[in-house]
Amino acid sequence: MSTHVNEQHTGFGASVKRKEDPALLRGEGRFIDDIHLPQMLHAAFVRSPYAHARIGNIDKSAALALPGVHAVLTHADLPQAARDNTLPLLVPHPAIKLVKLPYALAKDETCYAGEPVACVVADSRYLAEDAAQLVGVDYEPLPAVNDCRAALDDGAPLAHLGAESNIAARFPLKVGDADKAFVGAAHVFREKIYQHRGGPFFMECRGIIAEYDAHGDAYTLHVASQGPHRIKRSMMEVFGFGDHQIRVVTPDVGGGFGPKGSFYPEYIDVAAAAALLRRPVKWIEDRRENFLCTHQERDQYWDMEIAVDANAKIIGVRGQLIHETGAYVPWGIVLPWITATTVPGPYVVPHFKLDVISVFTNKIQTTPVRGAGRPEAVTTMERLMDRVARELKLDRAEVRRRNFIQPEQMPYKVGIIFRDGRPVTYDSGDYPACLDAALKKSDYDGFAQRQAAARAQGRYLGIGMANAVEATGLGPYESATVRVATSGKITVYTGATPQGQSHKTTLAQIASDQLGVDFDDIEVVTGDTSVNALGMGTFAARSAVTAGNSVHVAALEVAAKAKKIAAGMMECLEDDLELADGFVRLKSAPDVKKSLREISVRAFGMPGFSMAGGLTPGLEHTAHFLPDQSAYSNGAHVAEVEVDIETGEVKILRYTVAHDCGRVINPMVVDGQVVGGVAHGVGNALYEQLMFDDNAQPLTTNFGEYLLPMATDVPRVDLVHLETPSPLNPLGVKGAGEGGTISAIGAIISAVENALAPFDVKIAEAPITPQRIVELLGDHAWGRTR
Amino acid sequence: MADTRTIAVTINGTVHNATVETRMTLVDFLRHELKLTGTHVGCEHGVCGACTVLVNGVSARACLMLVVQCDGQRVATVESLAGDRKLNVLQQSFQDNHGLQCGFCTPGMLMTLTEFLRDHPEPSEAQVREVLSGNLCRCTGYQSIVDATLDAAKKMREAAR
Amino acid sequence: MFKAGHFTLKPAPFTYHDPHSVDDAVDLLARHENARVLAGGQSLMPMMNFRYAMPDHLIDLNKVGELAYIHVENNALHIGAMTRQRDLEFSDDIARHCPLLKAALAHVGHRQTRNRGTLGGSLCHQDPSAELVNAAALLGATMHVVSQRGKRDLAAAEFALAYMTTALAPDEMLAGVTFPLPTQGTAHAFVEFARRHGDFAIVACSAMLGLDGKGNIAKVALAISGLAHAPVRPATIEQALLGQKADAATFKAAAAEAGKLEAGADAYVTATYRQHLARMLTYRALEQAATSATENHHG
Repeated sequence: MSTHVNEQHTGFGASVKRKEDPALLRGEGRFIDDIHLPQMLHAAFVRSPYAHARIGNIDKSAALALPGVHAVLTHADLPQAARDNTLPLLVPHPAIKLVKLPYALAKDETCYAGEPVACVVADSRYLAEDAAQLVGVDYEPLPAVNDCRAALDDGAPLAHLGAESNIAARFPLKVGDADKAFVGAAHVFREKIYQHRGGPFFMECRGIIAEYDAHGDAYTLHVASQGPHRIKRSMMEVFGFGDHQIRVVTPDVGGGFGPKGSFYPEYIDVAAAAALLRRPVKWIEDRRENFLCTHQERDQYWDMEIAVDANAKIIGVRGQLIHETGAYVPWGIVLPWITATTVPGPYVVPHFKLDVISVFTNKIQTTPVRGAGRPEAVTTMERLMDRVARELKLDRAEVRRRNFIQPEQMPYKVGIIFRDGRPVTYDSGDYPACLDAALKKSDYDGFAQRQAAARAQGRYLGIGMANAVEATGLGPYESATVRVATSGKITVYTGATPQGQSHKTTLAQIASDQLGVDFDDIEVVTGDTSVNALGMGTFAARSAVTAGNSVHVAALEVAAKAKKIAAGMMECLEDDLELADGFVRLKSAPDVKKSLREISVRAFGMPGFSMAGGLTPGLEHTAHFLPDQSAYSNGAHVAEVEVDIETGEVKILRYTVAHDCGRVINPMVVDGQVVGGVAHGVGNALYEQLMFDDNAQPLTTNFGEYLLPMATDVPRVDLVHLETPSPLNPLGVKGAGEGGTISAIGAIISAVENALAPFDVKIAEAPITPQRIVELLGDHAWGRTR
Repeated sequence: MADTRTIAVTINGTVHNATVETRMTLVDFLRHELKLTGTHVGCEHGVCGACTVLVNGVSARACLMLVVQCDGQRVATVESLAGDRKLNVLQQSFQDNHGLQCGFCTPGMLMTLTEFLRDHPEPSEAQVREVLSGNLCRCTGYQSIVDATLDAAKKMREAAR
Repeated sequence: MFKAGHFTLKPAPFTYHDPHSVDDAVDLLARHENARVLAGGQSLMPMMNFRYAMPDHLIDLNKVGELAYIHVENNALHIGAMTRQRDLEFSDDIARHCPLLKAALAHVGHRQTRNRGTLGGSLCHQDPSAELVNAAALLGATMHVVSQRGKRDLAAAEFALAYMTTALAPDEMLAGVTFPLPTQGTAHAFVEFARRHGDFAIVACSAMLGLDGKGNIAKVALAISGLAHAPVRPATIEQALLGQKADAATFKAAAAEAGKLEAGADAYVTATYRQHLARMLTYRALEQAATSATENHHG
């Protein structure tokens, strides 16, 4: 693609070092809590201690009497619009039976423990917390529901007063006629699977600083987010602001993993407080609030059947998925929808039927977390495939091979509609080759010998695999403006908003190819609604595809424009020109050239001189690449584990990933995304649990109780890359941010079950904990003490 | 009436005299009073390690110390590592090995490893992983941090030769 | 665990005191209501940040130099309450004279927390499965308690009063601990099961074993943490082990009994699993101690 050659290629495909790093390594990053504004005040929240309660009188007097306290806001103190409007439903859908969304501060009912009830603003966070403890709230505790399956029982407590049931949404997903196809199938197997998921647990908690300009009646919000444009949109919806009244800026962000892309009540409250007090107000979520109030992704109950013929070929898959949405439905049915449509994965599933029920509970709402419902679907499907292999006494890899969609079947129509509104159509990928690559790298063939040798010593080794296909690069678009300043300096502006994904490096690499400069000569500015009118942000493994291609298209246009202008200045043909080293030059005589600076000055125009009839002013272009549908990445994971049957401890001995995300912009960065994703999956498979009591009180509220994987828990990951370019976008890229996580749970669970095969242990849940393994082993866990 | 003390604490070689509320943690003092925002707050209950600094040369959680306890002590933060704008060997190894993604846990990692590599110039991978178990990272899966540490150790040994 | 009404991660206000001597410290303790003693801060500071602990007076012992010491005298190891876990970890005296303590320390927290955390802080926090609490129970440590009223000594078992509660009166503090040195020819093992490196154990088991000339058990002690509010010293099991051959069959029998000890449950761990771990870890601890005892014999 690149015509630009210099001594060291820094464009597309090069593992260049990141532009982001030097500042971050010197401690000079600029995260939300690093911003100190003059006159700034600090907010803390009074939150419901009950999972479900009716709110009575609120007594603010003691808090307001404390020196240094400036305001205590309750629902009644919010601007009229924020009293009338709840937070917006981001993705409406007709299947939603009951739309329940929170107010910025609870009005008369709280529906999860930690729901904000009052906002206290003081000179310091210490004082704000002192005052928050002095706010008296009369609560009338109400029955709470803590489990999405139990919530469907007759007589279960209702998560919301006045609701008819706890069902938030229900929809069927269908391919072919599963019920008919199951009749007469050679084999039908049923699996009930429970999947408990964790939360994002980014290391930087959420945060916001609101500034209010009374003169212009306008707000500037600094938010640790995954996309300021959607926060701006939500704020405008709640308050009825004009476009000019709100600017949202996102500084460096310390991890997002999905939930930092959501819209939260605190954003409204802090903005309202800043307007009321005419001073900037900062709120930084602390870790306890993070455990209570940042969205999580949890709890699915699956009841599934698979029908196969005598040769283990899938005839159909059918069943029911009960999905917990928690207290509210901010993302509608996005999460269960993604889960449901991911089930068939890389396999030919001629008949498929899934009854999906999304259920309210009195727990913090669930929205996409890294993998976004896909890990659950993959784990379920791979459990079914393992079951088929076990029952038909076939090698687990062989069962997968017999059912893979073959590369020559691409593009492959699965027959269902994805959340992007398009039929699920896999664009490209070689699934059999991907699994084979992973098996080869993991020495799958040699495993039986390793396992036998270990057994002879009384050790239990297991190997497991999982395959996934992932919809990435979701639309609608991402914005990118490439602008060459009249100084010759090049800036890329985009609505994509990184939280560690390296956009400032990779997008510069993409632009540099077209502009004939080193990637280091391009600055990338992200996450500011004042520089890009439109934007979506970074989530759902979408930015390489959407932002990447927007930058590519914009840079191509700027290059073409530069040539047009230079051709006029140099009196030659555009086709005779090329871009290199910051100049547009004659291919035949490279010394004959015009600098991008000169061309930019020309494009800027001179006062009084007409540009009529010529090109649009400015050496710049704005592009919004509009993907027609998702680009489908795929991957195969192989986990090798050792289980200590006496304690139930699982050690991952070896971990292999074969991953295909199309063409790779920066291999170093993609490796980092995949390996980091695996660590997240290891947590979900073995460690992370969020406990609640019978009244839906959160019991897991700190990092001592919530077990994030540590350096001693995460294995080294062996990576194999396959590159099947996507035909759907000019760069041929697909998303890479979630693939590491999606297959990990399935592969690890499969390996644990394999290790415990001598004891006939079956695993139908994630995470699988040591305690649970010992329970499943029964007396076998007595090991040497038997 | 707030309980305050006047203290003198040496931070990155500079003596700071300040009157502080006695309940203020060291990390809040660094970040909000001195505006040394390189030291991060990740949990405020001593588990995540993002706030790790060196107090008199040994690593400590700055969220579990009161700044008043640092009166007369020496504190080193991430801001002290790079001299003359140039990254030091450990920092450079982090960049070379993609040892950071979002970069939020990084300052704590660097301070933990600064002490560790000083005391253990020839560490094994297992030792590196063990010392890193006091610092949480949600982005990298640790592999690149381990690689960066081993790489830095090697380069430091070469430079010392 | 989440407690209704608490939503903070900044300490509540208090009056700070930094005495330079034990006398001054106990004087402050005697004079002030609702005072807490601050040692290394690795347990109390998180509790204060969460406002689970809201003392009106905080008495910081970090400047009381006389409370930090390690020395060996009269066949015992004497350690000051303010001795850092880091200093225990790197102490030659401890490595030589009390390897069990060193083995226990290998499981305590992380480098950064051991750098600040103290012996006294850990013992006074009395987490039921804390390694140092277990070691004190196994070795039969004596706690030296001081107050303005005078001094008193408490056995480890007396010191642990209830769940995360010591026998210290509000005006008392722990000044030091004496660990009797193990008799010549005994061997030790410390094993535990925690979910991750450095976490508090779910169950920990330490064992002391001395063999006679025939390889029979002449001395034995077991301490099992994680079952109750304090480590359990199962006297019946210890008695039954005496005079038995130090072999797998003996250890199996002891393990089976350990698995029947009463255990508590919480939101994460069932009583049954704790009992199971007590069984398995008792076996492992005895086996490991016996191996090392046999090696001592031959070495």
